[in-house]
Amino acid sequence: MLPFILKRLGLAILVALTVSFISFSLLFLSGDPAAALAGETASGEDIEAVRVLYGFDRPMLVQYSEWLMRAVRGDFGESYYFKLPVASLIAERLSVTMILGACGISFALLTAVPLGVVAAIRPNSIVDRFALFLSVAGQAMPSFWFGLILIVVFGIKLGWLPPSGASSWRHFIMPTVVLGYYAMPAIMRLTRAGMLEVLNSDYIRTARAKGAGEGRVLFKHALRNAIIPVVSLAAVQMGFMLGGSIVVESVFALHGAGYLAWESIARNDLPTVQALILIFSMFYIVFTFLADVLNAWLDPRMRSS
Amino acid sequence: MSVKKTTAPLMEEITGPTPRQILRKRVTGHTGLLFGLAVVLILLFVAIFAPLLAPHDPYAQSLSSRMVSPVFLGGTWEHPLGTDHLGRDYLSRLIYGARVSLLIGAVAAAISGVIGTAMGVAAGYFGGKVDAVVTFLINVRLAMPVVLVALAVVAILGGSLQVVIGVLGLLLWDRFAVVMRASTLQVRRREYVAAAQAIGASTSRVILSEIMPNIVNNLIVIVTLEMAHAILLEAALSFLGLGVQPPTPSWGLMISEGKNMMLFEPWLVLIPGVVLFMLVLAINLMGDGLRDVTAPENRS
Repeated sequence: MLPFILKRLGLAILVALTVSFISFSLLFLSGDPAAALAGETASGEDIEAVRVLYGFDRPMLVQYSEWLMRAVRGDFGESYYFKLPVASLIAERLSVTMILGACGISFALLTAVPLGVVAAIRPNSIVDRFALFLSVAGQAMPSFWFGLILIVVFGIKLGWLPPSGASSWRHFIMPTVVLGYYAMPAIMRLTRAGMLEVLNSDYIRTARAKGAGEGRVLFKHALRNAIIPVVSLAAVQMGFMLGGSIVVESVFALHGAGYLAWESIARNDLPTVQALILIFSMFYIVFTFLADVLNAWLDPRMRSS
Repeated sequence: MSVKKTTAPLMEEITGPTPRQILRKRVTGHTGLLFGLAVVLILLFVAIFAPLLAPHDPYAQSLSSRMVSPVFLGGTWEHPLGTDHLGRDYLSRLIYGARVSLLIGAVAAAISGVIGTAMGVAAGYFGGKVDAVVTFLINVRLAMPVVLVALAVVAILGGSLQVVIGVLGLLLWDRFAVVMRASTLQVRRREYVAAAQAIGASTSRVILSEIMPNIVNNLIVIVTLEMAHAILLEAALSFLGLGVQPPTPSWGLMISEGKNMMLFEPWLVLIPGVVLFMLVLAINLMGDGLRDVTAPENRS
């Protein structure tokens, strides 16, 4: 188990370093970051002053290693727009996004897993067809559009839920649904496929032959084994969700990290954008690492690959 | 009175249906595939012949006829789907919007398909270090939040059709690489590959004429899925104001422009959204159907 964890950890660190380098090099994508920062009306001398002030005159690798060293200590520099430390800006906003992500994945799991189980127990039944329809339609629905429709129907026409903001738990209901439904199809399909496979296996027949009750067979014997791949899928989806929060937060005006990302991108606030790309990536890397370790613990066969 | 059958059995009665007949039967019996194919073909037709089909110029503004209701909400046939906040004919913009969506979807999927297939096939065929590098790159790519990176790059380089296509093409190759790698791994160990290698076929020949024809089914399925993915992402980027720029008629942009008036004129948001949903749904159904028909064993 330990060699597996160490090897997997090494991979995670290498991936994190590569991602950090890519997000750092975004700064140089525009050509000259000093000229971009100084503005269109700046003279050559102004640009040169900005270049020295921000240290853009040094070799890129030196700048990268310095940026990384500070980033590891939680210092992402100062926001060009807010003139505040990027780290405190993000820390302030991150909790909203994390609550939203946790609610989103919980919603997806709590709806998709039961649907997948029922669909597998009764293949081709009405529930199975409904689940299939939901998964096909869900994948095709643009999340921002779905959000707008919910706002019009439940936020305004019916007036049941607040259309925007983040001041109470009721504000999180619609964003949770919009963020969560996107992960549902994949989780449901995997649960259904896993349950179908497990239910046809020999040990389920053995369990039934021993006279175990149907509920015991389904939940203790079948679901426990079918759910293993769902764990790692949920971790991957959770990582995607944090990235997807940028769309959902801007639709519902939830002032989380996703909304901050959108604001900073629109304002060319590169230090904030770089930090957010790195942080969202880190969440994904940590989640998938934990999921792989958990999987290897639950299923020793995974440890060899 | 019935004539007794005395002739010898026909060839097909002995051999059963040919593979082509089986395929045809599977295609015509698959409602999802037929529906998806029909919708995609109709929208493709609309996109190609947009100048002939659109009743008005999609860019022509008219201050005197702004926010005209569609015909089913009391409007006139002059503007069947009404006009937007600048008085532009909504149906014409919708028709030209099909061009933007399909073009971005097709070209982005083609670019990412070439990148991902090259990486996946190389990883699956050569294994070892090549595989390790490709797997690592896939991991890096998956760790980066697509929407965020795409938005940032478009913001830096400026929003245009070419930039959006390029960014999406360079970001969406991960699924191609994953699936093509797995498919190549399966095919690589077959006898016909070993036979081709034994008679001295070059590596490129083995890959192009022995491996590729046997994994192209899976490739087509991923092309459709990624095309749908690219279309949805373009709409989301344009909706957030960092995709295709106004006044280009993009469905995502139309939803974004209609959003401020959606309380009073919900159809401004509903119409482009429904069309976008239908297109993506159709492409996905087509992809799922193609998989069921060509490789039913891969169904999950």
